[in-house]
Amino acid sequence: MSSADQHNGHDGHDGHNHGNHAGYYSRRAEAIQALLIEKGICTLDDILRMADQIDSRTPEDGARIVARAWVDPEYKQRLLADPVSAIQELGYNLPETAPRLRVLENTENVHHLGVCTLCSCFPRAVIGRPPDWYKGLAYRSRVVVDPRGVMREFNTELDESVEVRVMDSSADMRYLVLPKRPDGSEGMSEEELASLVTLESMIGVTHAKSPSAAARQA
Amino acid sequence: MASSEPVKFRPGDRVTVRVENPPTHYRTPLYVQGKTGLVNSFWGVFPNPESLAYGGAGTPKQPLYRVEFAQKDLWDNYKGRGTDKLMIDIYQHWLETAD
Repeated sequence: MSSADQHNGHDGHDGHNHGNHAGYYSRRAEAIQALLIEKGICTLDDILRMADQIDSRTPEDGARIVARAWVDPEYKQRLLADPVSAIQELGYNLPETAPRLRVLENTENVHHLGVCTLCSCFPRAVIGRPPDWYKGLAYRSRVVVDPRGVMREFNTELDESVEVRVMDSSADMRYLVLPKRPDGSEGMSEEELASLVTLESMIGVTHAKSPSAAARQA
Repeated sequence: MASSEPVKFRPGDRVTVRVENPPTHYRTPLYVQGKTGLVNSFWGVFPNPESLAYGGAGTPKQPLYRVEFAQKDLWDNYKGRGTDKLMIDIYQHWLETAD
């Protein structure tokens, strides 16, 4: 990385500020924020509002959306056709500035998984911040080359007959994976179903939890 | 009024990604450059990120497509199934009609 990174080590350039080891990146973010405001590109309110919006979303919100799609086939069709409106039905209003959204449905025959090889594009407006590994170089560089191998490291084996589709979100679209409804979940309530939906399954590196695995964890 | 590049491709068209490494910001990863795939979806026109990144207006706006590639066309010795795919969104000015 850059020389600025190296200066963030233990060579004493931090001087008296040794408690603040987020150091380089948080200072850089603060500097960029100050410049954006100073140049009138956006206001502090804009930035705080956007951060609040992202912080207000969690994987549980995505799980509600997925569970609804599992129990209501017509809702699922609306979600695939027009995700923003379908999500709005459940009370989530995506900000106008949010990138466009598509939903990728995993089935018996096709398994999608998402990545952003260039940075960390993620459906933040729907399910909040990505996990750290999603932003890491290891995942970003390996999942496009060997998606089945990476999934195995998440303890997920795909049948040979399943077609894998890696979605590299590199531009103005964001992608939410709709995991396959697990076998053995027939008869579960929508709320119980939502508890099977994990963040990893909405990225696509795993399946949703099986009811038996969820029961063991409970 | 914001100008847009005319839409050149349709789903099903075979396209090849241009090979370029400009010293500026761009959104076309090296691993798909020079590769040929199929236009899967057309997403509309969007401000060009290569202009936005430097305070520009993003005009002319660029049509954006989802392009799908066979994994075996991207990587030698790909370990998965022959029909496995990689999909990625690419702006039109990076795409050419495949021979």
